[in-house]
Amino acid sequence: MRSRPRPATDPVPVRHGERWARWLFIAPAAAYLLLFFGYPVVENVVMSFQRYTVTTFYTGDAPFVGLRNYAAILSSSRFPRTLLTTAVFTVGSVLGQFAVGLALALFFRRRFPLGGVLRSLLLLPWLLPLVASGTTWKWMLDPDTGVVNAVLRGLHLSSSGVPWLTGTSQALLSVVLVNVWVGVPFNTAILYGGLQDIPPHLYEAAKLDGAGSLASFRHITWPLLRPVVSVVLVLGAVYTVKVLDIILVVTGGGPADATGTIATQSYELSFRQFDFGRGAAMGNLLIVLSLVFAVLYLRADRRARTV
Amino acid sequence: MKRSPGRGGLLSALVGTVVLALMLFPVYWMVNASLQPAGNTLGGGWFPLHPDFSGYATALRDQGHNLVTSLVVALGSAALSLALAAPAAHALARFRLRGTNVVLLGILTTQTVPSIVVANALYGAYNDLGLLNSHLGLVLADSTAGVPFAIVILHSFMRGIPEEIIEAARVDGAGRLRVFRSVVLPLSRNALITAGVFTFLFAWSDFLFALTLTTTDTVRPITLGVYRYLGAHTNQWNAVMATTVLASLPAAVLLVVAQRHVTSAATGAAVK
Repeated sequence: MRSRPRPATDPVPVRHGERWARWLFIAPAAAYLLLFFGYPVVENVVMSFQRYTVTTFYTGDAPFVGLRNYAAILSSSRFPRTLLTTAVFTVGSVLGQFAVGLALALFFRRRFPLGGVLRSLLLLPWLLPLVASGTTWKWMLDPDTGVVNAVLRGLHLSSSGVPWLTGTSQALLSVVLVNVWVGVPFNTAILYGGLQDIPPHLYEAAKLDGAGSLASFRHITWPLLRPVVSVVLVLGAVYTVKVLDIILVVTGGGPADATGTIATQSYELSFRQFDFGRGAAMGNLLIVLSLVFAVLYLRADRRARTV
Repeated sequence: MKRSPGRGGLLSALVGTVVLALMLFPVYWMVNASLQPAGNTLGGGWFPLHPDFSGYATALRDQGHNLVTSLVVALGSAALSLALAAPAAHALARFRLRGTNVVLLGILTTQTVPSIVVANALYGAYNDLGLLNSHLGLVLADSTAGVPFAIVILHSFMRGIPEEIIEAARVDGAGRLRVFRSVVLPLSRNALITAGVFTFLFAWSDFLFALTLTTTDTVRPITLGVYRYLGAHTNQWNAVMATTVLASLPAAVLLVVAQRHVTSAATGAAVK
């Protein structure tokens, strides 16, 4: 598109040192990113090989312990459980957000009065501070006084109420539900954008060929939406796997560790048990997971651009 | 495809309203709970027929200065994010620098770094530098969400500014800094507002850095205030929920005031 200006016609001759002046625009941001992303990642790797505890802050002493932190967290009896919880939380949240988000995006594609207003109001749950959403849901899901159980009792669906926050499997379901609620608006917005990019004449042609709405979804909407779908799913996984706020507020990782994920474990090791070395090792596991998702994202993104 | 807004359109509008009411019910319930009298049970009804503002009085008394802290930190973070991101985005969009793609890839990669990892390493560094329990410390940490986002949003906008406008200014003898200040920034007004709104909200909503990088209540953002309240005052749900409403206010206000910017950023965030 833009042709590279040839030096002869360049109205402003490139002075010596001009290149450095250009880099000055980037330098502050680059320095910030190196200090607040580069340094923490490197420091976290270093810490994960050290016995880094509260005493380290007083003595500055952090002895090298090799792989002992990793061995400790991987062989811990709660680790398999943590891994499973992380997987259930991530997969459940991402699929739930996607399913509801796609349904809403398809619904909003039809033009109707108020459609635009309703669509932008829908963004509210996504914009609220996670602590605010978490607190509200905790109040709504309270087994004794919460409105959710009050409704279930009122409709005679459950006489005693569901132990949303106190039962181990119910608590995991609860944090997934809350996280789905938070993520639906984002999924709807992205998928709606993807749907808008599908040329309408394809549907008209399909209609002339006698295709029903199910057939045109299967043969037009889904194949053309696929690249956007991959991006939404992978991005959802990247963001969900590191979610901490919602779990800490709604269940605090409990009851009996039932909602503890790799992210909350990393927090707990570092900031409740003050074992920063193990917390760092746990955090590094989280980075590896995120990177796997990121590679998937870049591949999905490239496919989205080439289509 | 196009249907006239007849009976089908009205039905859709009705269904849409019901769906939205269900989705936004928690927000309604939060407001409703905040207007009930003090107590530790459901107590109040489905509607705040006799709104009781004592929850807000308690919330403002206990959490007023935390709201101010959040405001200072969020404004600081938005200002810092824009100040760092705007020149960088301009350089990435305009100058043909070798390594631009590497830088952009690096910025995207930052999205995969979990905040807990950043907090874990920053705690030690902040402890040495005396940045724990400080506004500056929180502004710097909270901007980890804002800076990459602002660069991506501003970069994609600035790339669309026609080269001719820049060249014309250059011919008139404007230097690189002047072109940036007097041409690029004014043209990017909308993108700057979008980025500013979101970096403000990111910092306002931050919970993890507040939780890990403060140890006393001297500098305590409202999000952490709600969390601590939740632990201490389960018998005053109206005050807890009033604080939650106050903490949610900026998001609601910005959605109404800057709706166009919010919607465009929602799609821009993922697809760039």
